[in-house]
Amino acid sequence: MGELPATPGTSRARVRNVSVARAERLVNLVLCLLSTRQYLPAERIRAIVAGYADAPSDEAFFRMFERDKTELRDLGIPLEFGRNRAVDADDGYRIARRDYELGDIDLRPDEAAAVALAVRLWDSPELTGAAAGALLKLRAAGVDVDQGVPSVVEPKVRTTEPAFGPLLAAVQSGRAVRFDYRRPSPAELRTRTLEPWGVVSWRGRWYVVGHDRDRDAPRCFRLTRIVGEVTAFGPNGVVERPTDVDLLDFVSHSGDSPPDTTTVRLWVAKRRAAGLRRHATVVGEQTIDDTEGDLLELDLDHPDSAAGWIAGYGEDALVIEPEILRKTVHERLLAAAAGGSGEGT
Amino acid sequence: MSSSQDRLPRLLALVPYLIARPGIRVDEAAADFGVPARQLRKDLELLWMCGLPGYGPGDLIDLSFEGDTVSVSFDAGMSRPLRLTGTEASALLVALRALLDAPGVADGPGAADADAVRRAVAKIEAAAGQARPAGVAVGLGVREGETTARSRRVVQGALTDGRALRMTYYTASKDQVTERTVDPMRLLIVEGRSYLEAWCRRAEAVRLFRLDRIDDVTELAEPAAPPPYAEQTDTTAGLFRERPDHEVAQLVLAPDARWISEYYPVERVTELDDGRLRIRMRYADHSWMVRLLLGLGGDVVVEQPRSLAAGLRERARRALERAGQLAVTP
Repeated sequence: MGELPATPGTSRARVRNVSVARAERLVNLVLCLLSTRQYLPAERIRAIVAGYADAPSDEAFFRMFERDKTELRDLGIPLEFGRNRAVDADDGYRIARRDYELGDIDLRPDEAAAVALAVRLWDSPELTGAAAGALLKLRAAGVDVDQGVPSVVEPKVRTTEPAFGPLLAAVQSGRAVRFDYRRPSPAELRTRTLEPWGVVSWRGRWYVVGHDRDRDAPRCFRLTRIVGEVTAFGPNGVVERPTDVDLLDFVSHSGDSPPDTTTVRLWVAKRRAAGLRRHATVVGEQTIDDTEGDLLELDLDHPDSAAGWIAGYGEDALVIEPEILRKTVHERLLAAAAGGSGEGT
Repeated sequence: MSSSQDRLPRLLALVPYLIARPGIRVDEAAADFGVPARQLRKDLELLWMCGLPGYGPGDLIDLSFEGDTVSVSFDAGMSRPLRLTGTEASALLVALRALLDAPGVADGPGAADADAVRRAVAKIEAAAGQARPAGVAVGLGVREGETTARSRRVVQGALTDGRALRMTYYTASKDQVTERTVDPMRLLIVEGRSYLEAWCRRAEAVRLFRLDRIDDVTELAEPAAPPPYAEQTDTTAGLFRERPDHEVAQLVLAPDARWISEYYPVERVTELDDGRLRIRMRYADHSWMVRLLLGLGGDVVVEQPRSLAAGLRERARRALERAGQLAVTP
């Protein structure tokens, strides 16, 4: 530490640039307001906190002080505002230590390892920084979290949708939002007005859940289907999230149809359609159209959605039964043979 | 973390951090704060100028240095870190809870203990105090069949033991099943799917293998040895990497096929009438694209390239012909 004098009490030179002066003033302000039980009026702060004496005028001081207060509040520092006695002329400021300080926390090594893994979950401009901020404070509370230990499994959650940031901000401030939403099928583009309760990632996709004012009912919306800007409007704190709603349950139970397992019989050309074969059992052989092939059986949970998968293999895979699947595949191929101009089926 | 708006949180955390670790090395502290040691020394220098009104020797934060280590002798009343903001607490707690339903995180070899995750959640909740409800929830929702779960346990075991793997793998783009030997690096869960990231000795490159496409896998006796230049995949921009040799198709999707634009990385070109969408989509493998489009039937129109459109019609025609043969084959 060549830059620092070795013993306290020697002169601590005050030659610094402006941003250093500001950071130093803010630390001094926090220390001062933490140490006082009395509310300190602005003028008193100006007189005793190092850094404010530099202000050349009253106006410059108040501008400086306003900016400093905003910065402290943005960091989540609980700045209190009030009077010591009813007869006092001016309001003052203080920081209540019990509201400022993080409670005692002590994590065991396995718990700290879980925290290290959790911090790495986010690939998100909004949440990566917030998780890092939390980690910083835990470390400052004495918790040792080793970020260098590689973990065997790493889950990642991304927030790439432009709507994510504005929606999260609206949720956190309790404001209503308005956005254009495109429902794919039946096709519809409409403006929705929502009191958002939360944003939810389910199977890698983001949704916003809330009270839809137009429908007067709870609804969830996929973020990728929001068109253009999300506009928050109205005052803060008007949105009240019902306590009995589990956001994740709400999303995960919407739109999932129960499996309808069906056994399907296919003819598949020899050495073809590996993607189908790996799920199937060979039950026989048959030559069709002078081509050798195998008869396969496979169990499908959602036979309807498998039609596209099977049709994709073209002449290499033919459906024998069930009849309804055979027809669906047939219709798709007919439409594809017509050059996709055959408007569906 | 060296920009000016990150500095104040760091300055406020630094004194309590040092109190908890008397005599810590400066470079070790710098690593914990994610800044160069030089920056941390500047921070210490600044804090050393700060203190309580009066600013005499007994009022200023006092630090003592010994060799490369530092301790706090007087904290000027800043002994604890600032509590977590609502967003900080949410970011951490939501992530922790998400770990609980991640296959392999809470079970299997080398896994974090689910119980440890729950204890961490409870402790952080208690320390964070009356933070508002998160407003963010994450469910990884990975669907894992029996075969995939078995593969995952073998892969986890090999990662923990540091051994190579021999596996039978289905490559969807080429619709091929191949045998390969890989040097495992880690398991990743991205967008609801589990992947093995490994050095593939066949491709001589780092590859991501979907666990649900591993048909068989065995841990080998030989050690895993990815070359030193094998780099972990950067997942921040998604898993699909565009390459200059990729072809581009221009497609019009009917409403029932719009899921393509949500499922694959595509460039949205124009919204058309009746909820149709014109997109441009890059693809690495011709046969894969043909399979995808053929399966969409009439819900997609291929505008470009023309060769793709013609190939598709031809393949559909041949399939119909053969299906006709099937109908008459006894």
